[in-house]
Amino acid sequence: MNRWLVFLTLLLQVIAADAHKPSDSYLALRPDGQQIEGKWDIALRDLDYAIGLDSDNNGEITWGELRARHDAVAAYALAHLKLRTNGEDCPPRVTTQLVDQHSDGAYAVLRFMALCPETVVTLEATYSLFFDLDPQHKGLLRLDLPAATTTAIFSPEQPSQRFELTGASKLQQFIDYLKHGVWHIWIGFDHILFLLSLLLPAVAHFASGRWQPLDSFKPAFWDVLRIVTAFTLAHSITLSLAALEVIQLPSRLVESAIALSVVLAAANNVFPLVHGRRWVVAFFFGLIHGFGFASVLADLGLPRDSLVLALVGFNVGVEVGQLAIVSAFLPLAYALRKTVFYRRIVLFGGSIAIMVVASIWLAERALDFKLISS
Amino acid sequence: MPRNAARFLISLCFCCAPAASATPFIPQDPAQVLERLPVRPTDPAMEGLRELRRQLAADPRRLDVAIDLADRYFRLAVRQGDPRYIGYAQSALTPWWGQPEPPTEVLVLRAGLKQYLHNFDAALADLTQALARDPGNLTAWSYRAVIYIVMARYEEARRDCRQLYSRDQGLIAAACEPTVDALTGNAATAYASLAEALRRNPAATPSQRLWVLTRLAEIAQRLGKLTEAEARYRSALKLGIDDQYLLTAYAEFLLDQRRPAEVVELLKDKTRNDVLLLRLALAEQSLALPAAQTHQAAIQARIDAARLRQDKLHLSDEAIFELVFRKNPREALRLARENWELGQREPSDARILLEAALAAGQPAGAAAVLEWLARNRHEDVILLRLAAELKALRDGKP
Repeated sequence: MNRWLVFLTLLLQVIAADAHKPSDSYLALRPDGQQIEGKWDIALRDLDYAIGLDSDNNGEITWGELRARHDAVAAYALAHLKLRTNGEDCPPRVTTQLVDQHSDGAYAVLRFMALCPETVVTLEATYSLFFDLDPQHKGLLRLDLPAATTTAIFSPEQPSQRFELTGASKLQQFIDYLKHGVWHIWIGFDHILFLLSLLLPAVAHFASGRWQPLDSFKPAFWDVLRIVTAFTLAHSITLSLAALEVIQLPSRLVESAIALSVVLAAANNVFPLVHGRRWVVAFFFGLIHGFGFASVLADLGLPRDSLVLALVGFNVGVEVGQLAIVSAFLPLAYALRKTVFYRRIVLFGGSIAIMVVASIWLAERALDFKLISS
Repeated sequence: MPRNAARFLISLCFCCAPAASATPFIPQDPAQVLERLPVRPTDPAMEGLRELRRQLAADPRRLDVAIDLADRYFRLAVRQGDPRYIGYAQSALTPWWGQPEPPTEVLVLRAGLKQYLHNFDAALADLTQALARDPGNLTAWSYRAVIYIVMARYEEARRDCRQLYSRDQGLIAAACEPTVDALTGNAATAYASLAEALRRNPAATPSQRLWVLTRLAEIAQRLGKLTEAEARYRSALKLGIDDQYLLTAYAEFLLDQRRPAEVVELLKDKTRNDVLLLRLALAEQSLALPAAQTHQAAIQARIDAARLRQDKLHLSDEAIFELVFRKNPREALRLARENWELGQREPSDARILLEAALAAGQPAGAAAVLEWLARNRHEDVILLRLAAELKALRDGKP
């Protein structure tokens, strides 16, 4: 009969699954030099099952009952957590015990500090809390590193985890900022249009009052190289100065000036004033574009301890994006340079179109209203 | 009295607070109750468990004590819907848990625990081994039939039901095969057989009657016989057993009938149960009640916690939540499909998958369920309507 009852309830259970949360603890670790700061939330129900908290057996755990067992809680918990670096123990010591409410009930909160014999470079954590009593229990770890937060799950199948605190994460950080840089150039139409405006006439030279196609690739290549290098150098300078908070400019002014730079660069193709030394223009306006990049970088948030890494990564990303655009543009423009299509439609028509778009940006940014999106 | 009411309100707020929760604090009053245990330590059942734990601690390899303890915890888990007891049961079986050929009793219990954790294949392997050793093990036949039903392996389920019925003619054994029939194109006959079995077994226990009545209500509902379904649900509820599955099924029935006010009435005191809380929140949302928001936040918190531990036990409820509350049909479809792929293939799993595919405008995503419906000649009117809409969408008809 009893067996049948199990079958019966099982039938229903299979379909309904459990209605309560399983047992988890939440462990947060923050390594800092030789120290590891920790916070560990452990369900009171689990602690009661393991070491007994409800001393008057009335089914209610009071603050007084928990407080009376603080030493036992600390000893039990810390006996089930090993923190090591380079094979050396980092013994933890509980500093305070608090209480917190999670979605499934009250948790004891243990704040602790572990001191390692040397600076923590690799962290090995071995977790065994409650695994003997409840093999379905899991320890959910959040590892707070300056660059990023990592999570991991401890289970009886995987009680030990190892983390590299620098090396890999620095590289990852660099790559992340590099990607941001590429992405920003790719979606930053104002920067692309500025660069294109300067590059469009690179396959021509101005003579007898009009643009004439160049006869060889070499001067076109050098012209482009000078322009791109000047632009890069200039915006790297201001990007660094702004990111390091040496110079700060209001963003509305910067954004308006960037739009103006696009208008002027395009206008110069239609009514050439500067033709030999467009790299000077690229340098001068590049200084302004650098402030624009800096505001993006500020929005991304800069890690305090690896500012230079992030800055270089972002800048390299911007260059990589730029180079991709240039290397797609130059061969195409060179191939088409003698055609009427290039001179009339691309160089002349394109520049007019860029002027129009950039003028609208300028008006929008200077007067703070929205007509088109950039 | 007012103090108790205040305490109750506070605990209610806590149970509805998001998981991220407030900042940790140090309570002021030593008498402040932080946590209530689900069962009082002085409960005789708890005392029995403590005694068994003591005995097992003294000698962890005592098979009879380990089986008794694991069995009791397993039942507690099932009755309370609390997965902690599954872990306690597993812990009692530690010396045998990893063994390829443990004693038959361990095999059957281990299978029960593994199926609870949705590890269906491992559970089936244990049961098959147990039945090869002991073909008279009724529990093993019934467990295996149930797992096959859940996995939509109906022919194998039918075979096990027949094996069971040839050894025992009680109500549940008699209800086994009709349960399979009802899912494979013979719902009307199955309904008649179940009703007949119920009539022939007046001595059946209330919980057995509840189970058969719930099946009858579901089959009537699938066939679109709503008055009959309602009557069966009500008879089942009248038995006075607090059964999560029955409440869920009836709440969904009422929601389909656009009777959310009755769902709120039915479930308003069941907020501690996640499965029922979701249905309550659905009803509250359609009534635009303010409680919908707190309950939605509580469910979100629980889902976040489950995701942190990479739990996949509630994917179909997560899918419902994504579809209805977060208005994210693509994510709902992804979850419903993952649930289906894990082997959880019951009509309710099929339904959320079809609804999500329809809302996401991705009929191809429901191909597996459409195939399941056709192959088994399934008769659920709601599933068939959803399937027809999906096919129309797929074929580009309005």
